[in-house]
Formats: sequence, structure tokens, C-alpha cells
Amino acid sequence: MARSMAMAGNIAAAYSTKQINPHVVAAYPITPQTTMMEKFSEYVANGEVDTELICVESEHSAMSACVGAAAAGGRVITSTAANGLALMFEIVYIAASNRLPIIMCVMNRALSAPINIHGDHSDSMGCRDSGWIQIYNENAQEVYDTMFMGVRIGEHKDVRLPVMVNLDGFITSHKIEKVDTLEDAEVRKFIGEYEPFYPLLDIENPVTYGPLDLTDYYFEHKRQQVEAMEKALPVVKKISKEYSNYTGRNYDILESYHLDDADCAIVTMSSTAGTTKFVVDKMRSEGKKVGMLKVRLFRPFPVEEIRECLSGLKSVAVLDRSASFGGFGGPLFNEIRNAMYDVDGKPSIVNYIFGLGGRDISAVQIEGVYDRLMTAQAKMPGDVHYIGVRGD
Amino acid sequence: MGLKEIRWHGRGGQGVVTASELIAEAAILEGNYIQAFPEFGPERMGAPIKAFTRISDEPIKIHSQVYTPDIVMVLDPTLLGSVNVTEGLSDDGILIVNTPLGEGELRAQLGFNGKIYAFNATKIAMETIGRPVANTSCAGALVKASGLVKLENLLDVTEEKFKEKLSQKAIIANKEAIKAAYEAV
Repeated sequence: MARSMAMAGNIAAAYSTKQINPHVVAAYPITPQTTMMEKFSEYVANGEVDTELICVESEHSAMSACVGAAAAGGRVITSTAANGLALMFEIVYIAASNRLPIIMCVMNRALSAPINIHGDHSDSMGCRDSGWIQIYNENAQEVYDTMFMGVRIGEHKDVRLPVMVNLDGFITSHKIEKVDTLEDAEVRKFIGEYEPFYPLLDIENPVTYGPLDLTDYYFEHKRQQVEAMEKALPVVKKISKEYSNYTGRNYDILESYHLDDADCAIVTMSSTAGTTKFVVDKMRSEGKKVGMLKVRLFRPFPVEEIRECLSGLKSVAVLDRSASFGGFGGPLFNEIRNAMYDVDGKPSIVNYIFGLGGRDISAVQIEGVYDRLMTAQAKMPGDVHYIGVRGD
Repeated sequence: MGLKEIRWHGRGGQGVVTASELIAEAAILEGNYIQAFPEFGPERMGAPIKAFTRISDEPIKIHSQVYTPDIVMVLDPTLLGSVNVTEGLSDDGILIVNTPLGEGELRAQLGFNGKIYAFNATKIAMETIGRPVANTSCAGALVKASGLVKLENLLDVTEEKFKEKLSQKAIIANKEAIKAAYEAV
């Protein structure tokens, strides 16, 4: 029988990693990821897992060890944040390009400089073209559940790609919430035994990973990688549905909240989606036709599903927790407006950048965005706006 | 019950975050949803800090800090005058303060018209634990003043949470502090 436990997001990530009992975990500590690996180290020291924990000297080495272990045929998990992810950047691409289903928790945190340890999405958004599946989680419960789904998604024979499980640094990583857990046996039943493809340790059938691949075949391999991402989308949907049926907790690639009869909507990700739902509840009780779309799956980006959700709306605000310097709005805005470009009668779509470096976003501020959407439905002046920053 | 929001004021090192977690963990035992988290920032011994607890019978969606608390708990009397502890607290709210002052003096000082509970948590802590650590007695007072969780559940989670960190003697003392504060308000 499942138990309800009080857990911070990081502890939920550590506990689910314990229940997955991976062959190898390699990690280097960085705020706000550290408490996950501290907790997991405790499980290792207590003999509660069979995992080989490799304490490396940097994140570059952490991901390198993960690549080696995954190529050898192991089920592999790591975790990092911000500058740690930036340091492993080179190997992040190599993990995806070698089609290695590694799971990595990223406690999303601002990148330096100036130094800031708090939550925003600039770290993982820097990796959005790296070939990793990216799932953004609203709370500790989603983090816990997504770890198990992530294992199945990444290891699926049509996919074979690494999965990044994102949670908001501090806001989710360090906030204690109620998490309904599964029994170890229930987890094992859902994730199943790992069957590696072409493991290096299968010495009867030797293979090579990452050889030289120049103008002759590199392009074909990249084209196949693109195709693997495309194939990942229905797999994420299928596994989410299977997990929902298994646990009674509903998951999908998107979460549509009161969109059916809405005039205007906010599109956002992670913990801010929760605060936005809170605001939608309040405004709906006042008879205002507002809705929200939460994007859980950012890579691969679910274009068709987003078109379905946002068609028929009059106006949409996309809330990005990262800036794209010199770009046309934030990364989520880029994708959303691009996806809607060919839709007849598309809504007007504006962008708001918020919460950089962990600046809190309040319900009042989100209500302000809805108020502006409702009063200027036809067209907002300007495309990119900011929430809660001085001098704007 | 709906959503109830608590804001805790104290100083780094006084166990403010632990107190915010104890109440949340007790609420889980009663089948409720919870959040417990500090105001994220630099953690310095002695500096003013805030922590937050949310309790609801439904899943909690909001993830911002608490701006309009239902209950404010002040663990350290020296914060009054330097920190605006009643910010966002309406007259329907409850203010609980660890202070040697009486309720009347406190009300005059803060200009707050809602319900005030003034009690000397530091004195209770000295008499039970033997050190001026007021967090557990403040949690006990909050249980009485708010009725949000049951006293026995707070005592149970205190035992559970402290069993790996404190001696059995210290755990008993903390539970005595909780009970004494519960009786005092």
C-alpha cells in the first residue's frame, strides 16, 4: 500500500532513485541539487541499494562516467544544476548522440554571472538542442512520478534517449510537500528489468561507441536522432497514460486547465503552472473565462497537441523563466508562437519573462497578466514583457 | 478547511524551519496536503528569517511565498520593531508572539486589531529543555491557537523527526515544552 510522506523535491528524487535501484549513479554536488545526492549517498552507505555510486571530481566527469556506464549496459542516473550542467555540456550532447537512456534530474537554477543559486530555467534551456527529452515538473509529487516514467521512456526501443527531469531549484527542490509513494515492488513492476541495446560488456558481440563519422554518415546519424525524438512523443504519451492507470495520478505531455471555454490563457511550466492554476480558480469563481496550459514535455515539443489546446482562444500570454539574449522572446514563447503561426484565427500571443534568479512570482502578478489579456484581447502593444523587474 | 497559510518569523539558528515542518508533518497524519519552506536566501545565524507552512484538505497549487497569511508566529521577541510581522495579516487573522509582554502591551505596540496570543515561549523552553530554544513550544502554542492539527500528532511527529538527531531525554523535554506551551495560550 502506498504511503504519504513529507518530502522536499530533492528527497522525492533521491527516494525514487533508490526505488529504481540503478546500476550506476555518478554525480558531483552543486546547490540546489546537493541534498538529493546526500540522501542517495545515505541509501548507498546503508546498503539499501545495489548501486555503484561514483563520486567524481566534476560534472564533466559525472556525465562522462554516466556515458561509459550506460554504454556498458547499465541503468544510470545523475543529477546537477546550473553551472554544473554548463560544465558537463559537452558530454550532455554525447550522451544523447550515443542514444544512451540516462536519467538526469536538473534542479533548475540561474547561471552565473553574477552568482545566484536560485531557481530559473536558464540552465536546462541552454541544453534544449542537446537531444535530451525534457520534462518540467510542477511539484515534488510530479518529480517522484516522472523518475519512473522517465526510465520507461528513455529505455523504450523506439526512443533510446536520455531524459532530463526538471524541477524548480529551491521552490520545488527544497519545499516540503506531501508525496504519495509506491511500494518498491510496485516500482519494480512498472519499470521492469533493463534490457540494454548493444552493451559494451557483451563481449561476444563487440561494438564501438562514438567512432569517427565525417561527411560520409554523420548527417544520416543526426537525421536518425531527429527521428528518435519524433518517435519519443507518442511514447511519452503512452507511458504517461500507463502510469496514470497504474497509480491513479493523471499525467500527460500537457496539462490543460479550464481551456475549453476560455477566452484567454497563460502558457507556462513547472511550479509557476501551479500558482497559475490557483489564480485561474480564483478568477473562475468570479466568472472570468481564463485558462492555463502547462507544458510538461518541452523536448520533443508537442506541436500538434499545443495547436489543439490553444486554437479558439482570443489571447495567450507565454510565461518564460529564462531569457534568450538577443532572441525574439523566451524559449517557450518561441516554440508556442512558431507552433501557432499557421493556425487560422490564431490567438494573439505575447511573452512575459519572469522569476530570473529565483525572484518570486505571486498570484497577484499572474492575475495582472490575465487582467491585461482580458482588457487588450485583440492586440497587446509590444511582444515581450517582464514581470516584477525594476526599471521596466 | 480550505487553504490555511502560516508565516513564521525568527532568526537563523532558532529552528524556525523545523517548526514550520513539524506542523506540516502533523497535518499529513490527518490526511491533509501541506507545504513547508523557508524564504530562500542566505542562511546566517542570527539574521531575521521567514518560513512558511501551508495546510489544505485539497491539493495545494500555489507555489509562491505567503503574502497574506492566516496566522503569523513570531519566535523571537527582538524582531518586533525591526520586522513588520503583521504585513499582509488581516484583522481576521491570528498573531502569536513569543514575548514576556502581555497581550495589551503587544497590541498597543503593533497596532493589530485581530486575535493576539502573547506567551513566553523562551521561559517555557528554559524550564523544560534548559536552553532558550523556543521553536517547539511555539509549535505547541500554534496548535492550540489555530486548531489546525491535533496536539498528539504534533507530539508524534516531533518524536519521529528528532529521534535520529536528539537524545531520548532531549526529545522528552521538547515534548514537555510543546505541552506546556499548549496549556499556556
